Amino acid sequence: MSGIIGKKLGMSSVFNAQGELVPVTVIQAGPCKIVSVKTKEKDGYDALQLGFGEKKEKNISKPVLGQFKKKELTPNHVLREFNFQGNTEFKIGDEIKVDLFKEGEKIKVRAKSKGKGFQGVMKRHGFGGVGGTTHGQSDRLRAPGSIGSSSFPSRVFKGMRMAGRKGFDNVTVSNLKVIKILAEQNLILVKGAVPGSINSYVELIKS
Amino acid sequence: MTDINKILPDQIRSDFPKFYPGDHILVQVRVVEGDKERIQTFEGDVLSIRGEGSNRTFTVRKISSGVGVERIFPVNSPKIAKIEVLKEGNVRRAKLYYLRQLSGKAARIRGKEA
Repeated sequence: MSGIIGKKLGMSSVFNAQGELVPVTVIQAGPCKIVSVKTKEKDGYDALQLGFGEKKEKNISKPVLGQFKKKELTPNHVLREFNFQGNTEFKIGDEIKVDLFKEGEKIKVRAKSKGKGFQGVMKRHGFGGVGGTTHGQSDRLRAPGSIGSSSFPSRVFKGMRMAGRKGFDNVTVSNLKVIKILAEQNLILVKGAVPGSINSYVELIKS
Repeated sequence: MTDINKILPDQIRSDFPKFYPGDHILVQVRVVEGDKERIQTFEGDVLSIRGEGSNRTFTVRKISSGVGVERIFPVNSPKIAKIEVLKEGNVRRAKLYYLRQLSGKAARIRGKEA
C-alpha cells in the first residue's frame, strides 16, 4: 500500500519495444517529502504522511502552517497518508521519489473524477430511457420511468437511483501498467487513462 | 498547462525523405515472425497525412488483385525500415479520399518520376 502523490499532466502516446504505439498518461510524481510518521503506539495505525506541491504561507490555515513550522518544513499543497507496511526507516523530511516504482509494474491510481454537474438518470446511472417515440408519446425519451409501486409500500425506497450530481467522486483504477519512468524529471508514464482533469492531484499506489 | 510532448523524450524520426499526399511511395515494414525478422514492402499512393508531432500518421492505398487495400502507418514508428518516394503526384487536395470511389484509369494520379 505504499505510494506517492502526483499531478496529472495529460495524455500522449509512446512506442514500446515491439514498435507498437501505446496510449499513456503522463504524471508528475513527487518528489514528496515525509511530513509526519504515524505509528501504531502513538496514533493507532502505521502510516507516512506525504506532502506534495508548494503552497504560499498566506494561503494556508494557521493550525496547518504550525504543523509545518514545528518540523521546520516548507508548506505543501496536498497531504496524503500511505501505509508503508510498518517500515520505520523513514524520517520526517525524507524525500520519496518516483523510483519507488519499476517499469512494467502494475499500479493503482486514485483521484477525484471530473465533475459533471447535475445529470439525468441516463448519463448518471446508464438507464435506457422510456419507450419509443410513437403513439403520441413525445417528451419521455430520457425519463427514469417508474420509481416504485403504489399503495404498498406507499413510499420510495432509499437509495433509488435518480438524477443528481455526477462526478467528482473518488475513483480508483487498478492494474495500470507502468510504461516508463523518467527519474530525472520525476515523470511516470502509465498505460491508459487516469481519473480527473489535467493538473489535478492523483495518488499512485503500489499494489 | 505544460505541453507534455515537449517534456517527453523525442520520438520523432527525421531519417525519411519528404513525401506528400498523391505521391507514389514504397514502405518497407519490419515484420517479426517467431524469432525471425523480415522486411515486407507496401507500395501505393499516399491518401492523407494527419496528426502532429509523435502522433503523425499517413495512409497508403494500393490495388491488390482488384481490391483496394489501405494501410495507416505512424510516421515515427520504429517498425518502418525505409520509405522510398517513387513518383511525385500532382494533386490539388490534401486528402485524396475521392480516389476510393474511382477505379482504373480515373484513379491514376498524374505526376513526375522522383
